[in-house]
Amino acid sequence: MTDRSQIFDTVAAQIKPFNKKGVQLSDATTFQGDLEWDSLTVMDFVAAIEDEFDIVITMNMQAEIETVGQLIDAVAKLRDGAA
Amino acid sequence: MTETGLQPESLAFDPAPVAPERDLMSKFDPLIAERQRLLDSGVTDPFAIVMDEVRSPTEAVIKGRETILLGTYNYMGMTFDPDVIAAGKAALDEFGSGTNGSRMLNGTFRDHMEVEQALRDFYGVSGAIVFSTGYMANLGMISTLAGKGEYVILDADSHASIYDGCKQGNADIVRFRHNSVEDLDRRLGRLPKEAGKLVVLEGVYSMLGDVAPLKEMVAVAKKHAAMVLSDEAHSMGFYGPNGRGVYEDQGLENDVDFVVGTFSKSVGTVGGFCISNHPKFEAIRLACRPYIFTASLPPSVVATAAASIRKLMTADQKRAQLWANARQLHGGLKELGFRLGTESPDSAIVAVILEDQEQAAAMWQALLDGGLYVNMARPPATPAGTFLLRCSLCAEHSPEQLTRVTAMFEAAGRAVGVIG
Repeated sequence: MTDRSQIFDTVAAQIKPFNKKGVQLSDATTFQGDLEWDSLTVMDFVAAIEDEFDIVITMNMQAEIETVGQLIDAVAKLRDGAA
Repeated sequence: MTETGLQPESLAFDPAPVAPERDLMSKFDPLIAERQRLLDSGVTDPFAIVMDEVRSPTEAVIKGRETILLGTYNYMGMTFDPDVIAAGKAALDEFGSGTNGSRMLNGTFRDHMEVEQALRDFYGVSGAIVFSTGYMANLGMISTLAGKGEYVILDADSHASIYDGCKQGNADIVRFRHNSVEDLDRRLGRLPKEAGKLVVLEGVYSMLGDVAPLKEMVAVAKKHAAMVLSDEAHSMGFYGPNGRGVYEDQGLENDVDFVVGTFSKSVGTVGGFCISNHPKFEAIRLACRPYIFTASLPPSVVATAAASIRKLMTADQKRAQLWANARQLHGGLKELGFRLGTESPDSAIVAVILEDQEQAAAMWQALLDGGLYVNMARPPATPAGTFLLRCSLCAEHSPEQLTRVTAMFEAAGRAVGVIG
């Protein structure tokens, strides 16, 4: 549980520079709808997350990730897989 | 009485006077609205230009106005070469207008074999496979080479045909930051060691005209045991001692596993291809759906391509002229104060970077009205959301034409307020 909230905090810190509208973040926050990110912003953000956690989020996986909560679950899974 | 009997008779025949409020076409409403806004601003539709006459590789007539063409990919100016045209005419006479079939069945004629031989000779390789377009060459090669459980690693600024090749296949797709050797290295390092990997690169990226650091990228790919495919669509004919492309220019002929190219740029017709020295390369023909399930190119097209490729092998003078033209235009526009896609004339593409759609459209319109056609490009085709006017040079542009081009850019740039 603490592990998940740690990931949430790290992800939130990475979202901050891209969160131009200051949207309040929760697991249900959507990247496209709530944060209004275009495809270029998503690309830059995903690269930042990959480097932060030293993982690869394939484009196939990215297509399934719509919310902050789904991203955190994916990061947790990928990080465990790598360890 | 049947239900049909109750319907007013006219209904089945009259087209609906207005589109239904909500159906599958509704998703295009934002696109339609954006295009309408552009047209309402009084600009000619940049994506609906008609060439009523084409007089040479560098001149056409658009809406009655003689226009210099500076937005085609006719780099080597082969489209009106007398030998090329003669070869096409002869093939039309001898073999007819089309093949009516797949390469795999009845669609392989003498000249399909001849153009593949011309490619093997041009590139000095053992294998060449011709596709019906360059788009299909990327689609077919990428989707066929990398299968389930394997990886395609591509540059973020890759051409749409590369992205679509990834979508068509079953591999996992990993993207790295444009032209970043370090980023490619890092991402390759995070992938499972034993999994098959294909790194897809482009010699010249067509939007800004920037060249890839292929030497460093290929070294990194090899370090991680990945195979490499390089798309050399925008470099064929004028990079390297034999004009094979950026990969030849950077000394990588023994390291790049597959080269994809097109007939629609320097070769001057239409079609795509892949060349390779891999001993099992021919197996692609048996497995590649975009190769198998489409009609082959018409005999006249492959005959013109073969004639053109053979002439490109010795086109040293054209090559030199193309580079001189690139230097002249790049230097002229830079001196005027335009922001360009590359610091120096690294390719035959000179991209002028503008602030927004309004500025790009106004410049583009002013140039067209003055008798100059360039390519307008906008997101999502462009990197980092930029708006571009892209100039692509031809070996047949004369220094005098390019002096006029620079003057037209100066006049338009001042009128629109892009330069001071």
